[in-house]
Amino acid sequence: MQNGFALGIDAILFEEKQPDFYIKELFPINFFGNTVYITTTHVCTLIIVAVIMILTLAARASVLKKSAKPSLFATGVEMVIGLLISFVDSTMGSKPGKKYINYIGTLFLFVFLSNISGLFGLRPPTADYGTTLCIALITFVMIQYAAIRYKKLGMIKDLFQPVFIFFPINVISEFATPVSLSLRLFGNVIAGTVMMALYYGLMPLWTKFGIPSALHVYFDLFSGAIQAYVFCMLTMVFVSDKRDGK
Amino acid sequence: MDINIEGLIGAASAIGAGIAVCSGIGSGIGQGIAAGYGASAVGRNPGARGTIMSTMLLGQAVAETTGLYGLVVALLLMFVKPFGK
Repeated sequence: MQNGFALGIDAILFEEKQPDFYIKELFPINFFGNTVYITTTHVCTLIIVAVIMILTLAARASVLKKSAKPSLFATGVEMVIGLLISFVDSTMGSKPGKKYINYIGTLFLFVFLSNISGLFGLRPPTADYGTTLCIALITFVMIQYAAIRYKKLGMIKDLFQPVFIFFPINVISEFATPVSLSLRLFGNVIAGTVMMALYYGLMPLWTKFGIPSALHVYFDLFSGAIQAYVFCMLTMVFVSDKRDGK
Repeated sequence: MDINIEGLIGAASAIGAGIAVCSGIGSGIGQGIAAGYGASAVGRNPGARGTIMSTMLLGQAVAETTGLYGLVVALLLMFVKPFGK
């Protein structure tokens, strides 16, 4: 990206570039007659999934290894799992929380690593509306499944609460859940991405040492962790609201 | 002075994006109120810090959504350019 060495020192220090945060199309593939593109989102998602798989396999190996003194890594993994269990239990209750703990843990790992992947020079996959909409649709299916499972026909009766006329509003509010969930995550992550891209693209070079690290800590680490937490929290709140609401 | 239609559409889109981002005002006020009441609740009952924190973050995230809708509209106007293609 820094091709300023061929230019003069003036151009290096005060070069102005276009902000660069678009999804890039890497190479085309033919999909039933249409040309679709493998984009940076796909590549970054695959990298993150690979990282998660390596992490989990290493964690499994280190926890299962029989030794008198567990390693530091195994202790850390057990601590994180304990935190996750207490997080899910305190929101959903310990008995039904057991069924959802795998999904919540996977979701948290994926969203968190996606959000902070801007630190490592990737374009965050959650800054693409396709990714967040898919995650939110999985959550939507889970919410509706919980409603059907635990309320049976009461779910249809709930759509007509409190009066008959409210039926369309209730249906819209059901479908607004995944939209607002996905737009919240997408908006937060893309706001951070755009801010960082604007900073890197529009500021002169001498401001790019040291100062962006503070911005990275806020936009990538802090905001990413908060948004991953909020996404998991809202998923759990919606599901348990359907489960044991009136 | 000549004004072509593409430049006019671009200028109008930029103004619209600026107006759309004003939706952040409301969500900012809401988040500030939530944080203030959260802080006073922790001051009154420091033992319940964890519960108050999670409730406050949840409320702030929900309050933030409307501001983010404005941001998404502004980004669409600025970079996707739905008008005047």
